[in-house]
Amino acid sequence: MAERPFNDISYNLFLNEDKLMGSKCKKCGTRSVPPRPLCTRCYSTDLEWVEVPGRGKLAAFTCIYIAPPFMVAQGYNRNNPYVSGVIDLEDGGRVDARIEGIEPESPEEIKVGTPMKVKFIHRKDTDSEETYLGFEPL
Amino acid sequence: MKKRRLGRGVAVVGAGMSKFDMFKDRDSRDLFAEAFTEALLSVDKGLDPAEIGALYLGNDSNDYFVRQSHWGPIIADVAGLTPKPSTRTEGACASSALAFREGVLAIASGFYDLVLVGGVEDMSKRTTEEVAEGLALAAVPYENRVGFTFPGVFGAVATAYFARYGAGREHLMDITIKSHDNAPLNPKAQFPYTSKDTMKAKAESLRKRGRAVPDWRDEKDFLFDPAANPPVAWPLHLFDCCPISDGASCVLLAGEEIARRFTDDPLHVAGIGQGSGRGLHACEDLTSFEATRAAAREAYAMSGLTPKDIQFCEVHDCFSIAELLHIEDLGFFKPGAGFKAVAEGQTRLHGPKPINTSGGLKCKGHPVGATGTSQIYEVWTQLRGKAGKRQVPIKELRIGGAHNLGGTGGTCTFTILERR
Repeated sequence: MAERPFNDISYNLFLNEDKLMGSKCKKCGTRSVPPRPLCTRCYSTDLEWVEVPGRGKLAAFTCIYIAPPFMVAQGYNRNNPYVSGVIDLEDGGRVDARIEGIEPESPEEIKVGTPMKVKFIHRKDTDSEETYLGFEPL
Repeated sequence: MKKRRLGRGVAVVGAGMSKFDMFKDRDSRDLFAEAFTEALLSVDKGLDPAEIGALYLGNDSNDYFVRQSHWGPIIADVAGLTPKPSTRTEGACASSALAFREGVLAIASGFYDLVLVGGVEDMSKRTTEEVAEGLALAAVPYENRVGFTFPGVFGAVATAYFARYGAGREHLMDITIKSHDNAPLNPKAQFPYTSKDTMKAKAESLRKRGRAVPDWRDEKDFLFDPAANPPVAWPLHLFDCCPISDGASCVLLAGEEIARRFTDDPLHVAGIGQGSGRGLHACEDLTSFEATRAAAREAYAMSGLTPKDIQFCEVHDCFSIAELLHIEDLGFFKPGAGFKAVAEGQTRLHGPKPINTSGGLKCKGHPVGATGTSQIYEVWTQLRGKAGKRQVPIKELRIGGAHNLGGTGGTCTFTILERR
């Protein structure tokens, strides 16, 4: 099988397979999550996919009450808020993620720095399957 | 860093802006006509529009908001400039700051002597959810996909800032209250009310409807009441967020050596800077916008000025927390010290470093594509001593700044204007 191109389509396909993947430059070893099509450290295009351990710490978060239409379609609104956040990964790098397993209505209880682990959130629509990158407390 | 210079000096010789508001019966064309008319009238010795060489027009997303793209020639026609070139610039909420910068560079190159730069946005014909979606098109794809909205991204930034420096929601309220105190002094502002006015109006409305009126002690007590100030993207609540607005603004730029043909009091473009940023997942620091810092470095180096020299500044307070980051990134206060300075009143109209005398995006309004040149309009108005009741009370007011941000910090600009 030919290697998947180093782009967001492939990144999302890997998420469907419960894999958080990044690109690694074979020349200088720089890793990027999400993947990059070009190493911006040494400008090599000789890249490989690497799986990233899904552990880290909550770096920032927000509890969203005014949701965009696609989240409204999933049942979220001002009476049913959800949490989005930023995770500092254990061995470097940072990802944006949906945050589950914590109570959006008690935001004061949510602490930046909380250890987190990955949770792949699958959602089946009529003709497609999508996976959202999620994290939950360890 | 390399000190950049303009090949030829550039001056602002006129500026105008429409009223900002949500208008059912107005669109981009008549809003721009209002701004352009004021700009022409503001040129002390008069200016023949036939002398204008080109138009640079900022517009973020009228394509989405009113299902019409290609605003360059449409607005050139409104201003009677066809068949001269008109170029649209897009940098999300910083679109017209990019138009300003492109206009400066076009004159500095020697290609034109006089250009019109400006911006326009018509947002209010859509629902709030649709506007939120339209704006979020300018976020980073990874942010959108996991449900971040614009308020959401800035809400996340606020939690990082709180955790790092020990600030809280009450400090964001200081910014909101300050902006609302300036707004009634600006006849163009969308919300010309203080937060106390708003609190009283809310109480009156509850009383009229026969509801119980909470006994709010002061503005902060009012803002802490989730019934009065509901959460949008915690920790950001309604009063932390700028409104949906329609509006237009524009600026006339001329080569420095011909500027005095138009006015005895031109403003010199002392410094321009622009930077690009990478979004939450890749930025260096969640409590700072790298694009703002890059823009500031460039503008300070070019002008030979330092943050101390900037006597007042308009900054891009799309959300209260954003103003806090900007006043630190622009070097006015040390990282983590901004919220204390705001609490001490240092950024108030009568303080040592007035910020957002216009009322800011929060109260003046934020028709996104028009915001950048409307900030320049405020600096122009202040430096020429024409700001009326909101005039910065500093003797020998000479140097002002304007900072514009697009997306989630993807595009940032900093402009320094000087009256010599």
